[in-house]
Amino acid sequence: MDTAMLIEKSALVLLLFLISLGVAAYQTYFERKLAAWIQDRVGPDRAGPFGILQPIADGTKMFLKEDFIPAKADKWLFIIGPGISMFTALITSAVVPWGTNINLFGRDISLQVADFNIGILFVFGVVSIGVYGIMIGGWASNNKYSLYGAIRASSQMISYELAMGISAITIVMLSGSLSLNDIVKSQHGMNWNIFYQPVAFFIFFITSLAELNRAPFDLPECESELIGGYHTEYSSMKLGLYLFSEYTSMFVSSAIMAILFFGGYNFPGMDAFSGNTLAILSIAAFALKIFLFIFVIMWIRWTIPRFRFDQLMHLGWKVLIPVAIVNMLITGLVVAWNQGWM
Amino acid sequence: MSLQMISVILGSLTIASALMVILSKHPIRSVIYLVITFFFISAMYILMNAQFLAIVNMIVYAGAIMVLFLFVLMLLNLNKEMEPETTRMSLFSAIIAGGTLFLVMITALRDTFQYGKGYSAVKVPEAGLVENLGNLLFSKYLVPFEISSILFIAAMVGAVLLAKREKQVID
Repeated sequence: MDTAMLIEKSALVLLLFLISLGVAAYQTYFERKLAAWIQDRVGPDRAGPFGILQPIADGTKMFLKEDFIPAKADKWLFIIGPGISMFTALITSAVVPWGTNINLFGRDISLQVADFNIGILFVFGVVSIGVYGIMIGGWASNNKYSLYGAIRASSQMISYELAMGISAITIVMLSGSLSLNDIVKSQHGMNWNIFYQPVAFFIFFITSLAELNRAPFDLPECESELIGGYHTEYSSMKLGLYLFSEYTSMFVSSAIMAILFFGGYNFPGMDAFSGNTLAILSIAAFALKIFLFIFVIMWIRWTIPRFRFDQLMHLGWKVLIPVAIVNMLITGLVVAWNQGWM
Repeated sequence: MSLQMISVILGSLTIASALMVILSKHPIRSVIYLVITFFFISAMYILMNAQFLAIVNMIVYAGAIMVLFLFVLMLLNLNKEMEPETTRMSLFSAIIAGGTLFLVMITALRDTFQYGKGYSAVKVPEAGLVENLGNLLFSKYLVPFEISSILFIAAMVGAVLLAKREKQVID
């Protein structure tokens, strides 16, 4: 690896880090505004014009609050819990191809930090360890509501991961590769996977909501039953990190959904452009798709009431997994037929 | 040289965290150290260019099985007072069982020193990639692969049966 590549990758990592945090911060603003519109209110409008500085005010408030650790808490685990959550939320963006290659200073720069040949499995690996942040934090708080939140989170994650994996396998079958870059390239132009795999997309979207702990699956932090859920005992920026990691993973998983089913950075009529114009347009197309997903996820939160826990388990195990398996089998048969193996 | 260095460092970290699994006082911490051990083992796989194995190890062991372990331990809430008394009998049988396992491992190690000299997985750099692994699993090792999947189904059916029976008792 030569020095120039090292520099450009480091710059890309830093840029992605800042963008993820910035997007997560403004997602909180957007969510509050959206909730306000849906409920016919005004929403935050005091800090700056249209309340645009609200996330900064919130962040400052978080930092200035007292950082409190309960006396009977497991101190180290209590501290690393939010860290793990944030880490797993951020690291997935490393395998996301954000656009076509861009040409800067005479170098062809790939807008993907790591082109892993098993990128999609990496995403699942990170998703599956993401629950540790919540579990460790909830347990270390030494509070029964936190523990309930942690236990709910873990059983929910395990149950929905299966259906998520099975629905994503169909995409791997279609594109014949586990690399996110190849998956995106196989959907050139308007040849998006959603047209071939609507069922898989539907399952993937529902399970993503569950993995994100977003409404209607936000049982680990269900305030009407568990006070604050797993972060009941947290205060100051530790709580901030938990909330932030939820928004960051919302951003990244919207990106993953756009990549797997909506063509990633591809857009119709992209063959008419080339070079840096194409790169910038592709980034814009990708950003638009991510924005739409974030909007839909928020829209669902303010529309649909929360599930009961047994309904959640029923949906996961008895509806989503069988449907996903049948969908996978049908896809397998069709792919085998098309390839002439049957 | 640097590859060897990394593998030595990784190996000692793996052993250190594995030791912490049995040395930590609290079961929850033991599980967390076990998760860290799995991460180091995954890193070893990546070093041998077996990326698929590394990620699957992470998803299945660190991501699913250990979460269930942690889940059960959190529900049980084990602590010092609840620790069962170790009788001399159980101590004795534990020593014998551990010693037998140790013997098996030493034999395996001896074999490695005798026949495994100069062999390294890195020599076949593409061996661990998904395509080659899949080709091998579905051609050369098809029978063992299918048999192991039957074993999994048997275990799953057994688990479902156990859960069902308990429900009937409650009714």
